[in-house]
Amino acid sequence: MDRLRAAATTEPGRLRAIGAILAALLLAFGAVTTWQTATRADAADRVLNRSQPLSNDAAAIYRSLADANTAASSGFLAGGQEPAKVRERYQRDIDRAGEKLATAASNAGSDSSSAASVSRLNTLLPQYTALIERARANNRQGLPLGGAYLRYANDTMQTRMLPAAEKLYKAENARLADDYAEAEPYPWAAIALGVVALAALGFAQHRNYRRTNRVFNTGLLAATTAAAVALLWLLAGHAFARSGLNESYDRGVKSLNVLNDARISSLKARGNENLTLVSRGAETVAVGSATKDKFDVAYQQQMKRLAGARGTGGLLGEAADLADDDAGRTPLKAAADNVTEWKDRHKSARTSDDSGDYEGALDKVIGAAGAEPTGESFDNVDAALDAALAHEQGEFQRAAEDGKGAMAGLPVGVAVLAVLGATAAVLGIGRRLSEYR
Amino acid sequence: MRTRPENSGRHGGEARRQGGVAALRGWGGVATMAFACLLAAALVLALPQWRGDDGRGTGTGSREGDAVTQAAPARADECEAPERSLRPDTKDGPTLEKIKQRKVKKLVVGVDQNSYRWGYRDPNKGVGTLEGFDIDLAREIAERLLGDRDAVVFRAIPTNQRIPAIQSGQVDMVVRTMTINCDRIKDVAFSTAYFETGQQVLAPKSSDITGYDDSLKGKKVCSAAGSTAEAALKENSFGADIKTTVPNQLDCLVRLQLGEVDAIVTDSALAAGQAAQDPTVELKGKKPFTTEYYGVAMKKDADDLVRRVNAVLDDFRNDKKNGWQASYDAWLAADLGKSAGPPKPTYKD
Repeated sequence: MDRLRAAATTEPGRLRAIGAILAALLLAFGAVTTWQTATRADAADRVLNRSQPLSNDAAAIYRSLADANTAASSGFLAGGQEPAKVRERYQRDIDRAGEKLATAASNAGSDSSSAASVSRLNTLLPQYTALIERARANNRQGLPLGGAYLRYANDTMQTRMLPAAEKLYKAENARLADDYAEAEPYPWAAIALGVVALAALGFAQHRNYRRTNRVFNTGLLAATTAAAVALLWLLAGHAFARSGLNESYDRGVKSLNVLNDARISSLKARGNENLTLVSRGAETVAVGSATKDKFDVAYQQQMKRLAGARGTGGLLGEAADLADDDAGRTPLKAAADNVTEWKDRHKSARTSDDSGDYEGALDKVIGAAGAEPTGESFDNVDAALDAALAHEQGEFQRAAEDGKGAMAGLPVGVAVLAVLGATAAVLGIGRRLSEYR
Repeated sequence: MRTRPENSGRHGGEARRQGGVAALRGWGGVATMAFACLLAAALVLALPQWRGDDGRGTGTGSREGDAVTQAAPARADECEAPERSLRPDTKDGPTLEKIKQRKVKKLVVGVDQNSYRWGYRDPNKGVGTLEGFDIDLAREIAERLLGDRDAVVFRAIPTNQRIPAIQSGQVDMVVRTMTINCDRIKDVAFSTAYFETGQQVLAPKSSDITGYDDSLKGKKVCSAAGSTAEAALKENSFGADIKTTVPNQLDCLVRLQLGEVDAIVTDSALAAGQAAQDPTVELKGKKPFTTEYYGVAMKKDADDLVRRVNAVLDDFRNDKKNGWQASYDAWLAADLGKSAGPPKPTYKD
């Protein structure tokens, strides 16, 4: 008690207390900054190296499944022996989906919604491929049972697998958004401690000046410099990181999401276009008072989603609005033009089919280039969207790397500066104390 | 297989009595009493008729006494011999004139493309070639009506859209293994019968299902939505799980092969087409448990077209070289065996 009282009433005691408080504040500033920036740097790293790739993988699963289904129906339309190219495409899609599902399974972890979707897809994928193989075997023998199997496989894909894949994709996107949310907020606690530490240092130096008339205390001055540098570094580094991440989200992720949706829509539209010819009215839906082909109605829906009701807007329009440079806009323009062409050709194919010219319709859908088939338009749309996706992925990568780079060294650097500052402050106070011996 | 008394078709009373005796042996007590009542009611009502109904009037499943009293007036409401059609006439009427005035002078015919041997698309025989008994008939009608076997547009329509497709004018006629029955003649007009068939159970050869009887109890049975089979199963399912209905009868074979159902109920003619695609399944029961006729369906008020088609059918039946028999031999004889010939046309006027 005596010592405490001495500390409060005698000058050496007060100086000791001030030194301890300054050191504590500086160390707390360093520690909190390290903790908060490390959390953010870690989240930024996850955005770049984990959640975005996983979201990409989920999109790839979704896309591969839709693509496989489209390829299966194309191959079926071609007759008993499907073209090697179509078969290879189907096989590649199934392989890729399986591979990405394995990655997704090991990363889904405790996230129950992702894990549930992955396990559902893992169960359904072999069932689906089995149905397709049965469809093929029967189709080869010329049995109408093949078409029934194909429709059942398509039903499994459309009503069970694609929804699960979409759910996985959405869950991975939510995880990505979470990581962004963790990487971006201002480290208020660290900033506040930095300001308080600087104010305390200022107070200590002012007091020192009043008592001793000495303007500078080297130790305290060094400590102030260290704290100021650390605080500036924190503010600037975080601001840069934030802007990089924001840019990666606005220029990359947003575009990627819309483009992935557009691609899925184009794949679904193509699959339904094929199935219209496979089923030839074997399944219908009531639209208002009219009875329409189930698959043609689905085709129309997807085309509308893709390119809007009157050929403008839709997902492609949205993607064009999000694209921020010519490199991004060019492929989208190509995609939109090809969609228009596709619609025209589709109309002509439907006219042929409706007037009973099935062969003509078939030619206009899966025929050789000379017949101006819709397949050609679809391939062009697919390639254009692929180019747009690659471009936006590059945009994302660059911006996110910049953002993450801005935070590099921040946690360690501020920690070192804080320790240096605290040491300097203690030494500075020590010099004053030594005058009392 | 127990014969359903009111289902025995043109063999009328005799078969009904046999069915009743079989049932008396099998059932006891109250059930037998109820059945006897039902039988008596059915006999009284059915005897003066050429044919009762389409085979799904009052079910044998009505084991309660009061079901009989309910059933009797319902039967009186049912139509008599729905397969009777209008007398043939070779004159062109307004309906046919309209078809002939089309820009593309073609007959639009609703068909199936999944019914093996009836109407189906063989992917190995050139793209989009439809073939089968129904297709032959449709081409024959086109040839006789428009002078060209190819003046026909085939529209594949699902089972449950056959009537809406005719009513909406989407097709001129439906030649698609379509059963003539009392419900349907309210909505569309039929030609004379061109084929005799009936509902039958299809199941794996190794299955212990013996037909449309108690062996279906606890089994999962598939039928096409809106088909005669579905109606019959709803009437009496013998304790089977009948919730699996599909857009097309062939989809039932898919479900059967995948083990999702244990049996299928469909027309014996279609069931034979399914059995032809899968050698491990077979028709169960000695013969169909209903007697039904396929007819060409047309718009309800298109009397002139109906008469015209009936004239075509008359010739089709009688033409021994290129007519009915030739088509039967080409498409159906292998799976259905020798035929006693086409059903005789009956007329209501």
